[in-house]
Amino acid sequence: MNGILLQLFQDTLVVLIAPLLLGWVNQCRAWLQNRSGPGVLRPYLNMVKLFHKDAVLAHNASPMFRFHPYILFACMWLAASLVPVIATDLPLSPAVDVIALVGIFALARVFVSLAAMDIGTSFGTLGARREMLVGFLAEPALLMVFFTAAAISHSTSLTTIVETLAHKQFIIHPSLAFAAVAFIMVLLAENARIPVDNPSTHLELTMIHEAMILEYSARHLALIEWASALKLLAFTTIGFALFMPWGIAEAGNWGALPLALAALFIKLTVAGAGLALLETISAKMRIFRVPEFMGTAFLLAVLGLLVHFLHGN
Amino acid sequence: MIFASTLLPIDVTFGVIVYWLLLGLAGLLLQNTRAITQYIFPAGALGALILAAAALGSLGGAVNVAVLPLGLPDLPFHLRLDALSAFFLLLLGAASIGISLYSAGYFRDMPGNTLGLLCFEYHVFLASMALVLMADDAYMFMVAWETMALSSYFLVTTDHKVPEIRQAGFIYLLVAHVGAIAILMCFGVMQGGHGDYTFATMRSAHLTEFWSSVTFLLALFGFGAKAGILPLHIWLPEAHPAAPSPVSALMSGIMLKTAIYGILRVSLDLLDAHIWWWGVLALTLGLITALFGVIFAAVQTDMKRLLAYSSIENIGIILVGIGLALTFHAFEKDALAALALTATLYHALNHAFMKGLLFIGTGSVLHATGERNLGKLGGLIHHMPKLALLMLVGALAIAGLPPLNGFVSEWLLLQAFLLSPGLPHSYLNMLIPVAAAALVLASALSGYVMVKFYGVIFLGQPREKTLHEAHDIGIFERLGLTWLALGCILLGVFPVFVILLIDPVTQMLLGQTLGSTAAQTGWLLLTPIQPERASYSPLILFLIIVVGVIFTIFLVKKFYHGRLRRGPAWDCGFPEQTARMQDTAEGFGQPIRQIFEPFLGVTRIVPSPFDKKPHYHGESRDRLWNLLYLPIARVTEKISVMVGKLQHGRIHVYLLYSFVTLLALLAFIR
Repeated sequence: MNGILLQLFQDTLVVLIAPLLLGWVNQCRAWLQNRSGPGVLRPYLNMVKLFHKDAVLAHNASPMFRFHPYILFACMWLAASLVPVIATDLPLSPAVDVIALVGIFALARVFVSLAAMDIGTSFGTLGARREMLVGFLAEPALLMVFFTAAAISHSTSLTTIVETLAHKQFIIHPSLAFAAVAFIMVLLAENARIPVDNPSTHLELTMIHEAMILEYSARHLALIEWASALKLLAFTTIGFALFMPWGIAEAGNWGALPLALAALFIKLTVAGAGLALLETISAKMRIFRVPEFMGTAFLLAVLGLLVHFLHGN
Repeated sequence: MIFASTLLPIDVTFGVIVYWLLLGLAGLLLQNTRAITQYIFPAGALGALILAAAALGSLGGAVNVAVLPLGLPDLPFHLRLDALSAFFLLLLGAASIGISLYSAGYFRDMPGNTLGLLCFEYHVFLASMALVLMADDAYMFMVAWETMALSSYFLVTTDHKVPEIRQAGFIYLLVAHVGAIAILMCFGVMQGGHGDYTFATMRSAHLTEFWSSVTFLLALFGFGAKAGILPLHIWLPEAHPAAPSPVSALMSGIMLKTAIYGILRVSLDLLDAHIWWWGVLALTLGLITALFGVIFAAVQTDMKRLLAYSSIENIGIILVGIGLALTFHAFEKDALAALALTATLYHALNHAFMKGLLFIGTGSVLHATGERNLGKLGGLIHHMPKLALLMLVGALAIAGLPPLNGFVSEWLLLQAFLLSPGLPHSYLNMLIPVAAAALVLASALSGYVMVKFYGVIFLGQPREKTLHEAHDIGIFERLGLTWLALGCILLGVFPVFVILLIDPVTQMLLGQTLGSTAAQTGWLLLTPIQPERASYSPLILFLIIVVGVIFTIFLVKKFYHGRLRRGPAWDCGFPEQTARMQDTAEGFGQPIRQIFEPFLGVTRIVPSPFDKKPHYHGESRDRLWNLLYLPIARVTEKISVMVGKLQHGRIHVYLLYSFVTLLALLAFIR
């Protein structure tokens, strides 16, 4: 019963704080660029605005186009609620392990790309093609990062991984260092951040994610934006779970929950600022440099796994 | 033996084979389109259903054997129905139910005489595949194998008036026979000089390590030619598109699996040696095949060729599983081998359903539009919504996405990879993570391929005017497609039951099963090792996504005013959108072509800016043609010229040859 309560609490928590993280990253970026910034609550206000508008659909939009925002939102919500954000005994956790988690991200990506192709505009298909290009390299890299963690903890269940890694914090795993770098690169690519994509531009030469959702408006767009925020939160918390699992409450330890919540907010604040810094100091890449970037991430992750086995043997 | 007092499963399965042959003959005699499509094909589907039920019933039961008083004197046909045969018969039956039902609708416009012949070949093809799976001696096996090759050759060349199709058929027949020779030699080695070609003798003949390995290599070559393992894949992308769609579905979905059956039968049942490099060889070949197949699939512009290359990829994945199973088996880690083998068999079953579904679906597209080229399709979701929905299931399944079936088998295979460390061989321990990475890369690319396949055909604006007249599918087609799509969903959502089905096979080949561990926490949760190591529940995942979607829709409906307008597409304010501005299949595959350019042989004709009628042409060719096959062809030609010199057409020279041969034989044999 407690577990179900915890799961419900986490589901609500992630869905509510996801836009906050996005707002925080944008605000930090604005500060770093010497702008005053839109405020951390901007994403919420944007969504309120979008939910008030009339939706416009292109004449030839099919049900695929209309259903996709809901599927995307559900997938990302599920992904974000599976990660042990504040405690490890999530009742949903046994149903979906890390490989399935990668599968959920892939499912969402395929739907985004298909919906982008649905109207048949030049930008939509261009975005879909680029998204799949980034995705086919990011997905194996992410899986390899997970495999490194799984090889250390002998489990592909995210909660077991967190419990193992949290106890081994004083043993240095060189393999995890490789994995962490690879993971950050994947995070940037998967969440359409600089240097792979630029979330704040509509320049046809560079855009990937924005090109795919050009045709969306009002509630559909709001759901997609919310889903993107959830995805960013999911990736960030996966990063915490793998590389900074301190503070996450373990099974049955209810007293640690407030502390875990505080730890989560501190980590999110730091990570958001770090992400903004990373985005500010790097430049957007040409689209055909992206495969090199992602290839590097993939190789680093594989190297991490190899290092683990070398080390272990 | 056959007409025993109680009806054994083997009697039923053999009965279905006879029934199929009779149906084929009836079709040949009737030559009436209406009768064949409305009665014979559905009757064939009924036979397939009975076959699947009998195979299902005999899985886990006792081994059935039968001896047919046919064949040559003193060389009767032996049949055997054990767990391995039963599993593959189940695959054959279950997938061909959908394909036969579909055929009943698909061939409705074909003239009676052509259709009569096709119906005969089709059912002979089905029957021969079933016989291959039940054969218990090399003689029966080869007869069935060759019947299968020949009947499918004639099916491939149904449209024999087109030169390309004749050529495709020729290549297919050639590779099939090169493979068959290797299989024949493999059986020759295995009988070990006893002169008895039953599989029972082969099982008891203990070969030395060297001869075992020779047999294994011959089997891998021979069956690999049928399965499309690199570099023997060249016939596959030619023959599959050439055949009528239901035949492509049979060949890709089922016939390729008979080759997998052959590899498993020889390596784990008949030979059963513990030699680790067999596994590594299969693993490496499988990975190369998978990556090759998927990269080429990404750059195809013909929808059926694309699917053919995707079949090569999936055969690669299956071979990776076999390789892992053989490696584990060699090191006596049979529990892990059972996991890898289960993943392999699961993937084989999945592939039969997904590829069957996609191939027959392309048949409907072809029927409705007359177009196979992806560059001339588009927007079919508006005109063929039912087909679009069913094909979406197939595309998502083959892209390996949860909660559908393609994901489960890949998940199991990855679990097997993750457990591999601990092999007493440090190089292997290093190699296997890299292999896992390559496998994951291939499966991620298959997502790319499927977005391209589905998006270009069904989404966007129609690229040709004629597409507006496309009509949705008829009742038989819908039944066939629905059956296969349902299979994809059920196989994906209830993995524990499928694993329990596969258990008798792993028990027979390895003496270990996965089912008891997989179901240790109930049927809802799939746990291949221990629950805390790995667990997956597609049903829960599926339900949560469904509940999430419904909940979100409910909330949005409740709080949103729900006004909706239709307008022209926005596209950053550009007003003159035409269908030509969308990505074509070539455009969508362009990034892959660019990344893997050194690997693909790309020829491109780019128009100059001053062309009055600019025409772009790009083609990605298989480099192995130039690197491997053309040299072989040249050498063969040279050799035949040399051999030709022996032929003078003068009788005394030939007599001299006979005399010399006789002398030589006398000298050798005495």
